Amino acid sequence: MRTVIVVGGSAAGLAAVQALRAEGYRGRILVVGAEPHLPYDRPPLSKGFIADNLPFEHVRLSEPALLNELGAEWLIPARACELDLDRRMLRLEAGDRLGFDGLILATGVSPRVFPGPRPNGVYTLRSLDDAAALRTALGSAPQVAVIGTGVLGMEFAATARKLGLDVTVIGNAPHPLARQFPAAIGNLLAARHRAAGVMLRLEVQVAGFEEKGGHLSGVRLADGDIVPAELALVAIGSQPDVDWLRTSGLPIGDGILCDACCRAAPGVYAAGDVASWWHSGYGARLRIEHRMNATEQAGATVKNLLGAAEDFRPIPFMWSDQHDIKLQSYGIFPDDGEVEIEGDMASGRFVALCHNQGRVVGALGWNAVKALRQSRMRLVEAMEGIRLDELQLTVG
Amino acid sequence: MRVLIEQARCCGAGQCVLAAPDIFDQREEDGIVILLQENPPEESRADVLQAIKVCPALAIRLED
Repeated sequence: MRTVIVVGGSAAGLAAVQALRAEGYRGRILVVGAEPHLPYDRPPLSKGFIADNLPFEHVRLSEPALLNELGAEWLIPARACELDLDRRMLRLEAGDRLGFDGLILATGVSPRVFPGPRPNGVYTLRSLDDAAALRTALGSAPQVAVIGTGVLGMEFAATARKLGLDVTVIGNAPHPLARQFPAAIGNLLAARHRAAGVMLRLEVQVAGFEEKGGHLSGVRLADGDIVPAELALVAIGSQPDVDWLRTSGLPIGDGILCDACCRAAPGVYAAGDVASWWHSGYGARLRIEHRMNATEQAGATVKNLLGAAEDFRPIPFMWSDQHDIKLQSYGIFPDDGEVEIEGDMASGRFVALCHNQGRVVGALGWNAVKALRQSRMRLVEAMEGIRLDELQLTVG
Repeated sequence: MRVLIEQARCCGAGQCVLAAPDIFDQREEDGIVILLQENPPEESRADVLQAIKVCPALAIRLED
């Protein structure tokens, strides 16, 4: 192999480059990244970057000198717009045609937006530029509305509250993090947010935005109420950046559809938020939008591109910091799982285990990092014994 | 071999402890990394390098 192209210059893209060199690949590496910045870390963007006004240096994923040592060519900002699998050719929007022997797709996701007009003051949060704009705008927005009760929305709500702003979270789910965790966890989290002064409007749809002179003045709900706000963050999920691949012949669904080795086509692999792959440990197709997966999956795809042919079957890990709560979880929490609490929920420190068909498939730590880490072993052991046809899970 | 940690960057993911339990630990209250051995023996090098690789906050460095 003489040329590997990595499409995507964020956490998964960088990890792929690092893994290529660590595995001894000495050929050419081209990285095509849509953003103008060298790789930076996204998790701090909804938290410390805004709350503590952190400088860019704090969120970059590699020191410039170390990045240089990797000897990759960073084409940024540049967008890939066409993949020709037969000719092994990638075309960029600027017109360049780049040939490759191996291809790693790590294009990530884009925030979902509401259809219709969007007055000034309505934001999404994905990129460093988004976060920088939000950080500035929060200075002149005493009332903040957060639309969406997922990880990003709830973290941003805690951050805005920390800055002393009036914060209302609006969502159609019955409790926060409803896609990730059981109701018992979500309700406890809702109580903690309310105690911190965050207002929650749950199980209600957003009907539209109110504006004055082109600037947001409130969020209109389906029940007729208006939540006054000078700034609104729309955090209603993301969609994989796959539109440019629809004519390529690659299998596309909710992400790039890969096999158990994260392979989408011969010599073509996907990693990170955009990759949907068959997890042979859970017997389920997964697509994971969490930081650790970007690094782990990029490493796995590189090994497989270089010939390993190993199933990628990690124990997924995520974390979220909201107010004084550190949530961490391993594994998965399917809708029909049964939850068992170890410890006392009222104590503010416990582990919740998720059982599915007689196996422990998920473990969540609520301010319980060590106890959670010890639970992880049970998930590993449970996965060791899995026979594929025994467990059929769907994960949102 | 000298291991350096930056507690201010640490996000408490605990991945370093999984990779090198003899070198790293976490504070019970918030999960922030604790260095157990600043100058670990040479045979720990591979584990330390793995911890550096998997740390999502880039809070670990190695100096020779």
